[in-house]
Amino acid sequence: MTALSPEHLIVAPILIPFFAGALMLIYDERQRRAKLMLGLLSVAATLVASIELLVRSKGSELTGGNDIGFYLMGDWAAPFGIVLVIDRLAAMMLVLTSLLALPVLTYAAAGWHRQGQHFHPMLQFLLMGLNGAFLTGDLFNLFVFFEVLLAASYGLLLHGGGQLRVRAGLHYIAVNLTGSLLFLIGVSLIYGATGTLNMAHLSMLMAGLGEQERGLVHAGAGIMAVAFLVKAGIWPLSFWLSTAYMAGAAPVAAMFAIMTKVGVYVLLRLSFLVFGVAAGASAGYGSLVLVGGGLATVAYGLVGILASQSLGRMAAHLVLVSSGTVLSSAGFVLEGAGTGVLAGALFYLLSSTLATAALFLLIEPISREEGGIAAMLALTADAYGLDEREAQPEVGLAVPGTLALLGATFALCVIALAGLPPLSGFIGKVGMLRGMLAAELPVPALGWAFVALVILSGLATLIGLVRIGIQTFWATESEPPRLLALEIGPVLVLVAMLVLLTFKAEVTMRYMQQTARAVLEPAIYSQGVLGAPRTAETQEADQ
Amino acid sequence: MMELVLSLAIGVLAASGIWLILRPRTFQVIVGLCLLSYAVNLFIFSMGRLTLGAPPIMPRGGPIDPTAFADPVPQALVLTAIVISFATTALFLVVLIASRGLTGTDHVDGQEREP
Repeated sequence: MTALSPEHLIVAPILIPFFAGALMLIYDERQRRAKLMLGLLSVAATLVASIELLVRSKGSELTGGNDIGFYLMGDWAAPFGIVLVIDRLAAMMLVLTSLLALPVLTYAAAGWHRQGQHFHPMLQFLLMGLNGAFLTGDLFNLFVFFEVLLAASYGLLLHGGGQLRVRAGLHYIAVNLTGSLLFLIGVSLIYGATGTLNMAHLSMLMAGLGEQERGLVHAGAGIMAVAFLVKAGIWPLSFWLSTAYMAGAAPVAAMFAIMTKVGVYVLLRLSFLVFGVAAGASAGYGSLVLVGGGLATVAYGLVGILASQSLGRMAAHLVLVSSGTVLSSAGFVLEGAGTGVLAGALFYLLSSTLATAALFLLIEPISREEGGIAAMLALTADAYGLDEREAQPEVGLAVPGTLALLGATFALCVIALAGLPPLSGFIGKVGMLRGMLAAELPVPALGWAFVALVILSGLATLIGLVRIGIQTFWATESEPPRLLALEIGPVLVLVAMLVLLTFKAEVTMRYMQQTARAVLEPAIYSQGVLGAPRTAETQEADQ
Repeated sequence: MMELVLSLAIGVLAASGIWLILRPRTFQVIVGLCLLSYAVNLFIFSMGRLTLGAPPIMPRGGPIDPTAFADPVPQALVLTAIVISFATTALFLVVLIASRGLTGTDHVDGQEREP
């Protein structure tokens, strides 16, 4: 009996943050240093586990470069029990989440984590929900992990308190609760029509459905998709997003950069699995909604960037542009635009998530007046009844040449977000556009609209951010803000990741192309999952 | 007959819930969310088909006739959904009260609309 076979690694990205978060609740609120260390340890361990899973999902030459790992909960056979699945796409998202969490956690240590209660446990539970949503292969289990991450995000958004956050939080919670109810209706409709909750099983059943059931599954999937589209911030459903992201504390907003990507990930996974090439009469269902909605989102975000007066609102609209671009390209791929577009879109997703997170972390130091954070800290300390000594800003190294450093980092973020060469944003956009120009689409005009909007949104990003940059760095007369090493360090790490992504673009792009190929072939996933051997059976065979 | 009553109940609950969610007072919104979640819970339950006097748990051993038993999966799902919606509603209630305390009004936007 192998109690700890390597298969168990798949649960690690869920269990590590869960136990770390639960352990933190035992500590008193004042022992932040201990919680911070525990949090860093947990995120680092999750990162190591995710990288190992990523390496493993690349498989070998023998398996054709695609290896699907499973974890059967309670050793129930595949379509009946809950199954966790790791493939290239999920592994990539896991690594991205941990890579984002590490700088965010370090940044919070500069002072944000003392502005309210329970920052560290909530961040851990958020990570648990995110990782679970990426790993699960079961629709209802997906709902549960969505609720875990949403509940944690409600708390994180309210972190620090204040009227603005409570108001934004109220809207955010109301919108997401309604979204969750729609999710439930969709899941139960699909269960009622097909009798399965397992994504792989559902994918296999699609081709053979009767006319009546097919209509019900379409309706269920459509209702369910609304919940994910709300999360991804597609155009008519995105009005809550900019206020919520603006109101969140800097590290929270940076972590929320991945929250829209969860919606995008689930849509990618389910559309290609359930309505992919193998779905018979249902193939390509909903692709026009993704294309149209995605394009509208990009256009809305573009106008929003140009209209924004503050950096926070502008960054929120950048999130919209990013998820709109990925959503519409997913729609195009569903219509048959080919793997090149999807690979480019995945690369762009990686790059834009890291860059927007870096920008969210930069906002606070850039727009901070001298003594601003100290005053704010004193205020919140008062509200929470913490003692005076605690409320002093963390004694950190003040970095010299503040303005030059901030300016250079900001410029790098702008280059990556606008998609200018040489940074990674450019590579992703070129990948998408090249695939799009080569593709033969049913409606070519939409393809051209996509090309135009992607280029225009880059221009708008450049104009908007450069305008803010000039105001902040060149046309300012006030003293440069006092910058802590703990604040600029994480931003530099994120920017360094972008630079690394640029240098390692070939390897990454090859990974993305393989991923896109696997996503477009749902049989790899569905047959892999349904063929998952149970431990009990393997043992019997061994004896 | 049973189907008619159940679908009417779900419909009335959902319609009232949606109407209340669109109202401007936070208390109306939370009651609306509650009603809507009741409607959804009943809906999930009904997705296992309506059966009378059929237990969801099968006896141990032997081949059995599945038509004599109720589908246990939606019943398990509805339990989970009830627990989760209860918890999130409680959380929403806290935020609602915090908003009332901070702004002095129960309007969802934190301020009364200008007349």
